[in-house]
Amino acid sequence: MGSRERILKPVKRLSGAAALPHLKATAELETVVMPPVAEVKIPLQQHIGAPAVPIVKKGDKVFVGTLIANSGGFVSAPVHSSVSGTVKEISPLNGVDCIVIESDGLMEKDPDLKPFAVKNPADIAAAAEGCGLVGLGGAGFPAKVKLSIKEGAVIDTLIINAAECEPYITSDYRECLEGYDDVIEGIYLLKDILKIENVIICVESNKKKAIKKLYEIATDKRDAEDKIKLMQLPTQYPQGAEKVIIYSATGRRVPSGKLPSDVGCIVMNVTSVATLYRFISTGMPLVAKRITVDGNAVAEPKNLIVPIGTPIKSVLEFVGGIADDADEIIMGGPMMGVDVCNADAVVEKRNNAITVMKSPAKPARQTACIRCGRCANTCPMNLYPATVEATLNSGSSENLKNLNINYCMECGSCSFVCPASRPLTQSMRLAKAVLRRESNK
Amino acid sequence: MKEILNVTSSPHIKHTDTTSGIMLDVIIALLPAAAFGCILFGSRALAVLAVTVTVSVLSEFLWNKILKKPSTVGDLSAVVTGLLLGLNLPATVPLWMVAIGAAVAIIVVKQMFGGIGCNFANPAITARIVLLVSFPAAMTVYTEPVSDTVTSATPLTYISATEGVPTVKNLFFGMHSGCIGETSAFLLLVGGAYLVIRKVISPIIPACFVGTVALLNLVSGDNVSVAVLGGGIMLGAIFMATDYTTSPTNPLGKLIFGIGCGLITFVIRKFAALPEGVSYAILIMNILVPYINRLTRRKPFGFVKPQKEGNNG
Repeated sequence: MGSRERILKPVKRLSGAAALPHLKATAELETVVMPPVAEVKIPLQQHIGAPAVPIVKKGDKVFVGTLIANSGGFVSAPVHSSVSGTVKEISPLNGVDCIVIESDGLMEKDPDLKPFAVKNPADIAAAAEGCGLVGLGGAGFPAKVKLSIKEGAVIDTLIINAAECEPYITSDYRECLEGYDDVIEGIYLLKDILKIENVIICVESNKKKAIKKLYEIATDKRDAEDKIKLMQLPTQYPQGAEKVIIYSATGRRVPSGKLPSDVGCIVMNVTSVATLYRFISTGMPLVAKRITVDGNAVAEPKNLIVPIGTPIKSVLEFVGGIADDADEIIMGGPMMGVDVCNADAVVEKRNNAITVMKSPAKPARQTACIRCGRCANTCPMNLYPATVEATLNSGSSENLKNLNINYCMECGSCSFVCPASRPLTQSMRLAKAVLRRESNK
Repeated sequence: MKEILNVTSSPHIKHTDTTSGIMLDVIIALLPAAAFGCILFGSRALAVLAVTVTVSVLSEFLWNKILKKPSTVGDLSAVVTGLLLGLNLPATVPLWMVAIGAAVAIIVVKQMFGGIGCNFANPAITARIVLLVSFPAAMTVYTEPVSDTVTSATPLTYISATEGVPTVKNLFFGMHSGCIGETSAFLLLVGGAYLVIRKVISPIIPACFVGTVALLNLVSGDNVSVAVLGGGIMLGAIFMATDYTTSPTNPLGKLIFGIGCGLITFVIRKFAALPEGVSYAILIMNILVPYINRLTRRKPFGFVKPQKEGNNG
């Protein structure tokens, strides 16, 4: 028995990784449930793929959990109401159509919600669809697609991603502690229904309390055959990226253009697992999201559960406002998050944080590349960002073709480490766009 | 909250390291050896360092001014170049020669190739070689420590000798003749350790460089401590061969580079009509850096060979 109680070490380590500040000040702050605001705007596109198709019209009465828009295709996800109230209109917000719902403040649950029975693997995919689940690690890829296992494909490993490698964010960490029951039930359910031989729960070494709770899952009595294991990964960035975590946990490399299932793996974010279980056990789809509100412009950082479609403005008011000289609102963490143009933008399914930053006292000045090689030696994909930037600036799209730019996952490590403050990650994006344009010619 | 939000491409945070910060670290790391050189060789050494640094910075400033480019003096790289050049010169060199060397380093070797990050050869090394070739007599006059006794020999003269060899202790702590900054292996190692701890340099190049020289001298039956501690290897390996712009990017490339430097140094010392070979070794390896980089280019993670386009033959 002694040997099975171990916490696993990573099978492989990254050749390149960035040492980031952790800044997890909110780690020990219990999540606060934010009350509904007067009006939510629920975007029809909160995922990668086709936008959802609305099935409600102005004046319709909806409840928390009521389906308001259907999937717009295979790679898409349905959308549910996050409050009880009345549909006011369907109008665009920052370029995306939203269903605007006036809240009655009662947060009444849809009376038709009922547990979702799962018996075989196809039911899991159906549950993911019914839940409106998308990758909650930040990518927003519809979970149904990931869980629709192709005929004949052998999946032997399920990786539960609790790495949470971005600075500031602690929402997955809080999920492990506060949503423990849903996490453990979700993991056992997935293991049993999908008949997975190996479940590896991956967490970074700086999350001691989560490690303790997740260890309980791995050593639970129900797991007599010891199929579920806990692996402690080094705290480094981007440890939680899908390809990186598969490599760390199994030593397998997902080839370019292939999916985790091509190497026998499924990776699921820990909050995704808990959310899926909540849907299966209660019928309540993904209508609210735990987010970390932090950043150097937030006086009182918090973990919140926020109804989807709540404007950022209201969230920031709820946490007690932000500094006067705050000038950057990031949806997500500071490494891969996306800046919003105004605080009218709303909380979406895939958001796990709102990070608000002050403008730096001394803005970083761009200087010439000194060829220190830090970008290349930090790149988890073994790319050469400085070379890409120089080639891009030289205007030769032909030479860009040999630089394997499409391997880049835009983790931001290269820009982060650059002592000359070169816009390397941005150049990677631009280079991808140039190559796309070339191939479309 | 400000009226207009800042919208930028991710990432939205940055490491605090800057080019000038890195250069400042190099200067800090060189200071012990520089101070020791000034104590050892007197005010003349201080004058040499003052001239190299001043002329380097002035050259950079004037070049930018005349060509109407933004000033790059603030990145401190010209200070590093000046300091390194000075430390690589004997204290007795006429100051006008020193000034020429510094101007050559900055203008010819660095700025004419596009400034910081664009030069293919190490400016300080190349300038030293220019001086060595132009003024061979003046460049090989050394003084004995803490006296004005003039000698033309460094401990390297004793590399194969059995008598008169300086003690390992004197060699290690730098009580011997040589260029201003190269004598004290101890203080150079302290500076090197500082740079490694601060993650400014990787230890691969210095370790391979010194290791290769030590091994080859061991095999050839020469005095290893004289070979490693008596000449310019420590200064060259730790501070010159690790110059970002003129050394390879990858760990494997650094390994090849370091071994190459050691090998060439050994060959020059052993077979050429020159007492010292560190500068030439580094310069030759500088030239090979683009090839080493190409040779050691890593495949991306999860590499899949791209399919050849139709009529590629």
